[in-house]
Amino acid sequence: MKVTFKLFAMLQDYLPAEAKKDNSLTLDLAEETTVLQVIERFALPPKSCHLVLIDGNFVPPAERASRQLREGETLAIWPPIAGG
Amino acid sequence: MAWTRNVLRVDLTNGTCKREPLNMEWAQQYLGQRGLATKYFVSEVDPKVDPLSPANKLIMTTGPLTGTPASTGGRYSVVTKGALTGAIACSNSGGYFGAELKFAGWDMIIFEGRSPKPVYLWLENGKAELRDAGHLWGKTVWQTEEIIKKAHQDPQVRVSSIGRAGENGVLYACIVNDLHRAAGRSGVGTVMGSKNLKAVAVRGTLGTSSVRDPKAFMAAAAAGKKVLADNAVTGQGLPTYGTQVLMNVINEMGALPTRNHRDVQFEEARKISAEAMHEKRPTDGKSHLVTNAACFGCTIACGRISKIDETHFSVVNKPEYWGASGGLEYEAAWALGAANGVGDLEALQFANLICNEDGFDPISFGATVGAAMELYELGIIKQEQIGMEAPFGSAKALCELAQMTARGEGFGKELGLGSARMCAKYGRPELSMSVKKQEFPAYDSRGIQGMGLTYATSNRGACHLRSYTVASEVFGIPVKTDPLVTDGKADLVKAFQDATAVFDSAGICVFTSFAWTLADVQPQIAAACEGDWSMEKLNEVGERIWNMERQFNLAAGFTAKDDDLPPRLKTEPAKTGPAKGLVNGIDKMKPEYYKTRGWDANGVPTQDTLKRLGL
Repeated sequence: MKVTFKLFAMLQDYLPAEAKKDNSLTLDLAEETTVLQVIERFALPPKSCHLVLIDGNFVPPAERASRQLREGETLAIWPPIAGG
Repeated sequence: MAWTRNVLRVDLTNGTCKREPLNMEWAQQYLGQRGLATKYFVSEVDPKVDPLSPANKLIMTTGPLTGTPASTGGRYSVVTKGALTGAIACSNSGGYFGAELKFAGWDMIIFEGRSPKPVYLWLENGKAELRDAGHLWGKTVWQTEEIIKKAHQDPQVRVSSIGRAGENGVLYACIVNDLHRAAGRSGVGTVMGSKNLKAVAVRGTLGTSSVRDPKAFMAAAAAGKKVLADNAVTGQGLPTYGTQVLMNVINEMGALPTRNHRDVQFEEARKISAEAMHEKRPTDGKSHLVTNAACFGCTIACGRISKIDETHFSVVNKPEYWGASGGLEYEAAWALGAANGVGDLEALQFANLICNEDGFDPISFGATVGAAMELYELGIIKQEQIGMEAPFGSAKALCELAQMTARGEGFGKELGLGSARMCAKYGRPELSMSVKKQEFPAYDSRGIQGMGLTYATSNRGACHLRSYTVASEVFGIPVKTDPLVTDGKADLVKAFQDATAVFDSAGICVFTSFAWTLADVQPQIAAACEGDWSMEKLNEVGERIWNMERQFNLAAGFTAKDDDLPPRLKTEPAKTGPAKGLVNGIDKMKPEYYKTRGWDANGVPTQDTLKRLGL
């Protein structure tokens, strides 16, 4: 299945160079791949995965190991950030 | 103490400057800065006063921690009746001016009346005098600062001034200090201009020697700084990416107001984001962002300093704009960009520079341009009236309109009215995205429900800095709440409003609240200030300030009907993103909020509430 994967702020360093200009990469994943498995595949530091959104909706830390991605979804992750 | 106990009263009509002692009884009830200056203001000014009449007053005020080694302890505020809103106004600024004012020995300056001719106030420690500003009238903020520093032959002089926008009656004019920090909202600069007061220049060498228990204070301040340094948001996120890092987050969440709130996601958001500011441009191989920057005493350093692309159409043959300067911050980038559909980062920076140079609020300006572009696309305003084509997305129109507004020329005069008055003039008042005539900031309340209540009930008109529930609803600070529901938002908004009033009254930046709670601030205030400053008292002070401001607005003529959102946000559902199909639930949250506040069904504080708060 195809899933859009986005990393922002300091986490964009974990994207391949060609994906940085859009902060975005299309992943071809096996069915039932979870959010946590994607985080681990890209070796993202767990502490840096603060804001995890699927199609803009927040995924709480406790659900990342069980939440399976679905075809066409967008997974976006930010480190701890804020602003105003 | 931490207060200098000195208030300077400047009678502009008669040209006199007089020192008077700070009311220490009030200081114990309202702390300082926003709270204490508002207490002075509401005690001295008729709530029904015309904001631009000599009877309105304008107060520049520091907090007890301003000028101390507390992190971010450099803030000052301007309190008046807002020209844009007709409501109580309190605009807060960083930079270095506030600390310098404290070092000169002043807690507060109260400006009264109207000078018969342009003047500026010169402060050198305890010396205060009004000086002729005839040669400064018509000058920009940047020119004014340079001329004053040269005249006093001292580069350390700190200047806070209005630009041409404040002289020309732009109703959302700012007071700008240190070139690009501003008391930005509600038209405080317009009030200053109406008083023929061009600038305040200050040099202070007295330091801050009034801290009650210096040893305890230094320990508390150091502990606070460690919390900020250890926190990933204030220690890493904000210094590296600034507030602009929000552009992609808020867009992804479907809460980025786009094209005058027609849409909630902007297809070009990434092009105007913090990530884009870090990238090297193809034209010159340099990144837009030069460095981050800090205000006085700040250990966060979220500020952005950027260099515009010298080949961009907006600055060709204009080398005065080629140097490193302030911007872009999130709010300005949103208002100048997504709000009117412009995805040209350099154009946004140019418009932002013009706002800084001539002193007007980029939020209200950008949002007003967005409203004008919608009126243009609807055929209500014609090309001949604007003087150019002005569809959504036109970077050229944005840049040209910014300059016209600064100079008070052509259609710029209409933009200077703000969106509420401009849209009313063209028979479409509902197209103004504002509350109490002040334009929304960068969060669509269909996607972040608590912000709808924040905007509707803000005492100074639509504003994110009165109750930043985004911290909770988006970032989970202090706890994560669901942005798409209204449940619990009344309590959340009240808690944020009251706590923020304390931060704003202490002399510190509200951005510390991403890492600090009041429990981190309390030891610093308690060590610095005379009196009992327990957590319980601070919470009460915050609530007292909020209700005092509310009372002023009610007496000024505002009612519960003014605590509302434009119909678009209540009847036109979000088209995309997580909030697709949702409108804001203000009608459900508002009665809950009134009850939580101890107000009656009409939004009026009950006698019990007033008595409990000593009002």
